[in-house]
Amino acid sequence: MSESTVKAPAAGAEVIEPGHTYATVTDQISAIVLAHQTPKSWWVGFSISLCFLMLFLYSTAYLLVTGIGIWGNNIPVAWAFDIINFVWWIGIGHAGTLISAVLLLFRQTWRTSINRFAEAMTLFAVACAGIYPLIHLGRPWLFYWLVPYPNTMGLWPQFRSPLVWDVFAVSTYATVSLLFWYVGLIPDLATLRDRAKWWPAQMTYGFLAMGWRGSATHWHRYQVAYLLLAGIATPLVVSVHSIVGLDFAASVVPGWHVTLFPPYFVAGAVFSGFAMVMTLSIMVLRMYGLHDFITPTHLSNMAKVMLATGLIVAYGYLMEVFFSWYSGNEYEWALQLNRAFGPYAWSYWMLIACNVLIPQLLWSRRVRHNVVLLFFISIIVNIGMWLERFVIIVVSLHRDFLPSAWGMYTPTFWDYAQFLGSIGLFMTLLFLFLRFLPVISIFELRELVHETSEPHAAGTPS
Amino acid sequence: MNETHALYGWLAEFEHAEDLVTAVEAARKQGYRRMEALSPFPVEGLDEALHLRPTRLPWLTLLGALLGAVGGYAMQAYAMQTDLPVNVGGRPLNSWPAWLPITFELGVLSAALFTVLGMLALNGLPRPHHPLFAVPQFKLASRDRFFLCIERLDPSFSVETTREFLQSLRPSGVWPVPQ
Repeated sequence: MSESTVKAPAAGAEVIEPGHTYATVTDQISAIVLAHQTPKSWWVGFSISLCFLMLFLYSTAYLLVTGIGIWGNNIPVAWAFDIINFVWWIGIGHAGTLISAVLLLFRQTWRTSINRFAEAMTLFAVACAGIYPLIHLGRPWLFYWLVPYPNTMGLWPQFRSPLVWDVFAVSTYATVSLLFWYVGLIPDLATLRDRAKWWPAQMTYGFLAMGWRGSATHWHRYQVAYLLLAGIATPLVVSVHSIVGLDFAASVVPGWHVTLFPPYFVAGAVFSGFAMVMTLSIMVLRMYGLHDFITPTHLSNMAKVMLATGLIVAYGYLMEVFFSWYSGNEYEWALQLNRAFGPYAWSYWMLIACNVLIPQLLWSRRVRHNVVLLFFISIIVNIGMWLERFVIIVVSLHRDFLPSAWGMYTPTFWDYAQFLGSIGLFMTLLFLFLRFLPVISIFELRELVHETSEPHAAGTPS
Repeated sequence: MNETHALYGWLAEFEHAEDLVTAVEAARKQGYRRMEALSPFPVEGLDEALHLRPTRLPWLTLLGALLGAVGGYAMQAYAMQTDLPVNVGGRPLNSWPAWLPITFELGVLSAALFTVLGMLALNGLPRPHHPLFAVPQFKLASRDRFFLCIERLDPSFSVETTREFLQSLRPSGVWPVPQ
């Protein structure tokens, strides 16, 4: 796309292995979808994911017929797993938009190999996130009451409430992410249409490609549209998690009523999102042998982003403690003591270990180039970010002001089933995406080949 | 029906992006205007060679953003002040700062929809069929080849001279595009 004026970085930091031509990148990526041999690892991964998806459907069905009493949610801890999982998933989604939009605007060539599946990850993560507030409603079939529409009750949603802002933020985010992803896919769908041998595949990809033929006039408008979308998505992605942060900050609960929340939530979202992109890129890399396109440079750059955002998050943790001490408010300070030494202290110290201590390993160049270590660190960060939301929600709610209103929260089997099930939903969608759509943007790779090779060398067949 | 009317145009194939740019420049010099350059990725310099005017798409995006934002703000102001005023401890009904997040989100949503639908509409997509798709070699336009199509509707078009002109650009092939 717009990186056309940027040359690839010097040798040793390749974002694509040398020697590729337009034809080889096209053939290699489209073969993943069109070739008949699906790797065994795909079947294994897909089957496991499908089992968890079944668990998700089962626990959702049981929830709908029984009611939210099957969960451990109680008063005082009314938000519990649902909102933990909602915030966790929506945060994961943020890296996709960040990679596709912000890195595009900053003309980072290394985004090319990872933006497509990062965007897919965003979509699926937002889908998982969106389910939680809905099933948390108690009567999810009345979810449309959240949307302003002319109704016989003469009612409107309360537009002053951050929870209503959230409805608009998340649904806008889901729509814009879908548009961004689809627009990016159009030229590649045309490639698949032209290369498919089987007529149902030709028809399907042809339908989705909408008759794209690569005309220069079309490319011109396409590039402008893509840049505009990136420009629109950048403030959007910041607004979404800020509004999620405001869901908490606009309340008076100790530990939530902090002006720090919106920016600190955005940094946490990017941190967890990059961790998930890292986990998935290593998986895709191994499954399809895409070493030519997902190079150590990609993994190392992602590790650097994780390290930077992780430090911002660590600063957030430090400031939370400082604010509550400096405020002199006894409830705020009691909350900090309760976090560190109360009944849920294990979650706070695990969070510090996962999000603050272990990511410091990424300072080392050797660690940033060790795929196995990166894989484990990325998983640990994801666990840490889940624990962060656990600490924010459960630990803040279970002891707020009057000791008579205190309580404890224990998740039930169905809480875990719903959570693991949503991971199953996410992974199933992701495996289907890997199987049926090009995992790396092919036309952007061709562009990258054009920019990084000698004039006239790229078109020559190898 | 004679051969001229059965023809949509001539299609020349090139191996390199730079050759396509040169070919377009040569065709412009020759007086051809109704032509289409087709490539597997956006090629730098083609816009200039074709003398493309900058697209009006950004104006559509701006229009979408304004419509969404103004509409979103108006909806909230009407709902919270006129249609369903709720007195919360005497706080002012015109609580505009609380309406800004939804105003922003609806502006973004509408801008994105205008951008994508506007891009497709200006490009004339979806268009499931196009005469170019009838040329078997054209499948490579989405892989590694670059094409220049001069259409019969161009005033300077002539079946023989246009083909000869395209041949003179040293393409790897010239194909007739059936109507």
